[in-house]
Amino acid sequence: MSENIMPAEKLQETMDKEPGRVQEALHQLRKNKGAIAGLVIIILFLMTALLAPVIAPHDPLEQNISLRKSAPLTEGYILGADDLGRDLLSRIIYGGRISMIIGVVSVGIALVFGILIGVISGYYGGWLDRIVMRLIDIMLAFPYVLLTIVIVAILGPSLTNAMIAIGISQIPQYVRMVRASVLAEKEADYVTAERSLGASDLELMFRSILPNCLAPISVQATLGVGEAILSSAALSFLGLGAQPPTPEWGLMIASSREFITTAWWIVTFPGIATLLAVLGFNLFGDGLRDMLDPKLRD
Amino acid sequence: MGRFILKRLSLLIPTLLGVVTLVFFMIALSPGDPARVMLGERANKQQLEALRADLGLDEPLGVQYGLYLKRVVKFDFGKSIKSGRPVMEEIKNLFPATIELAFFAMIFATVLGIIIGVLSATRKNTWIDYSSMVGALFGVSMPVFWLALVLIMIFSVSFDLLPTGGRMNVRYYFEAITNFYVVDAIILLFREGDPKYLGSALKHLVLPAVALATIPLAIIARVTRSSMLEVLKQDYIKTARSAGIKERRVVYRYALKNALLPVITIIGLQFGLLLSGAILTETIFAWPGIGKWLYHAIEARDYPAVQGGVVIISTTFVLINLVVDILYTIVNPKIRLQ
Repeated sequence: MSENIMPAEKLQETMDKEPGRVQEALHQLRKNKGAIAGLVIIILFLMTALLAPVIAPHDPLEQNISLRKSAPLTEGYILGADDLGRDLLSRIIYGGRISMIIGVVSVGIALVFGILIGVISGYYGGWLDRIVMRLIDIMLAFPYVLLTIVIVAILGPSLTNAMIAIGISQIPQYVRMVRASVLAEKEADYVTAERSLGASDLELMFRSILPNCLAPISVQATLGVGEAILSSAALSFLGLGAQPPTPEWGLMIASSREFITTAWWIVTFPGIATLLAVLGFNLFGDGLRDMLDPKLRD
Repeated sequence: MGRFILKRLSLLIPTLLGVVTLVFFMIALSPGDPARVMLGERANKQQLEALRADLGLDEPLGVQYGLYLKRVVKFDFGKSIKSGRPVMEEIKNLFPATIELAFFAMIFATVLGIIIGVLSATRKNTWIDYSSMVGALFGVSMPVFWLALVLIMIFSVSFDLLPTGGRMNVRYYFEAITNFYVVDAIILLFREGDPKYLGSALKHLVLPAVALATIPLAIIARVTRSSMLEVLKQDYIKTARSAGIKERRVVYRYALKNALLPVITIIGLQFGLLLSGAILTETIFAWPGIGKWLYHAIEARDYPAVQGGVVIISTTFVLINLVVDILYTIVNPKIRLQ
């Protein structure tokens, strides 16, 4: 790549432009309606998750037998009540808490291991890299959903294990992405320069190279949160994630199955909540990608 | 091209060996004792030890692994704890149902996805484009199991148009021949002249196929659109247009052919993923395929069945990806002519 060899004045010029990049990104964000919509949705869900005890009109676990399967808009139960007379809206609000935590923790697990393995593998190369990539190929030989289900089945069904399983299943995509960026960056002039100035491998890997690989990772991580929310809902739906009476969206949908003939709201609303939350992360992730990849801008 | 295919093929064996090994160790090292699961809580020590010896579970892990490999090469995964029948036999009986479902889902997703993708690319920034892409975004953001329930709620419960589950009207006397019910129903149509079997088989396919197709449909539409936009910008398209060739011909004859190259890869990948996505769809629609079977095997801690099911699904997934990669090099003139 000839871009690696840059005349000094050009380098200076590029560096002068640096502060402009943040403004440029903000400008792009303002232009990207989808990304803004996504960001607004994410913020709304985060706020309701944080303020759940304040906002929720009822206790999500409180059963009111006389109000079992009340239709929406009855007696302060805006979205109605479920089969045990629990307020659906409050359960959805608390469910948002769980989903946000699952999303962030699973992606956190995947990020930590993915980045660590990817950086080391890409930086050192050689036999280590070959072994790592073979292992990643093997993990990718399992379809994603199947891998999470099998891991949870082995660890035992629970919300924590669901998070671990989702996190592990997402590791390969980060390893591949980080490794590819590290391979592209490690021969760059600035790395050579810093190495000749006596920077250690550790410093080179995590202080010099890694920050330059963060753009694609941030896109993937945003989309990954949405993916994790969907997967955890699916696992809970199958009885492999959250256990009753936890107000988890997938579990709420699962326990409403018997009532689809009599109480449509019990199945409908938790699904819409899941859809909206995931939509927020997907919109924002897609928007981020468009902003960071000038090629995609039209 | 030949070298690429050879290289790709040479990676197949280590990958499959890795899959088989990983499945073995994940299950061997998981907490819980298969012998205990098989005999239940009441079994005494002697019974447990006898069964362990019988299953080879008292051998060191390395020996167990060796024995397991020897059997797996012959597609022998032992007997299901739940049914007592050989795991491979059960899989063979159930696989056609899953393949049939995945096949119809994929046809639906591919045809509709490409149409939507081409329409939004050729009508970029119109309401058709916007609504298609918003629709596609909803498609990838939706919990599919929820969509399945909503579909049942609307089409089965409210309007009573389609069955809620199963593969065939249970009141029909229907003897499966190939276990691909649509094929069987067509055979029966010719043999007995009665179209009711085919009608029922197709009716039962609609909802699960649509639910299963949601994600691939959305992804295929998005990839087709962006690939089409890329191709339409190219010089040869401009040349074709300036030569006065009709727009329809330019789009469908010249642009689409090249735009479909990346779509092929996506279709293959999604088809493989459908096999595991089927776990949810099959469970909801009581579709007697390998997904539902595997789910119940996991629930019952039926280790041999889980082992066999996971190995077979993953192997199929790997093989489909291999075929797609090879197909891609054959179809893509840039690689083929090298």
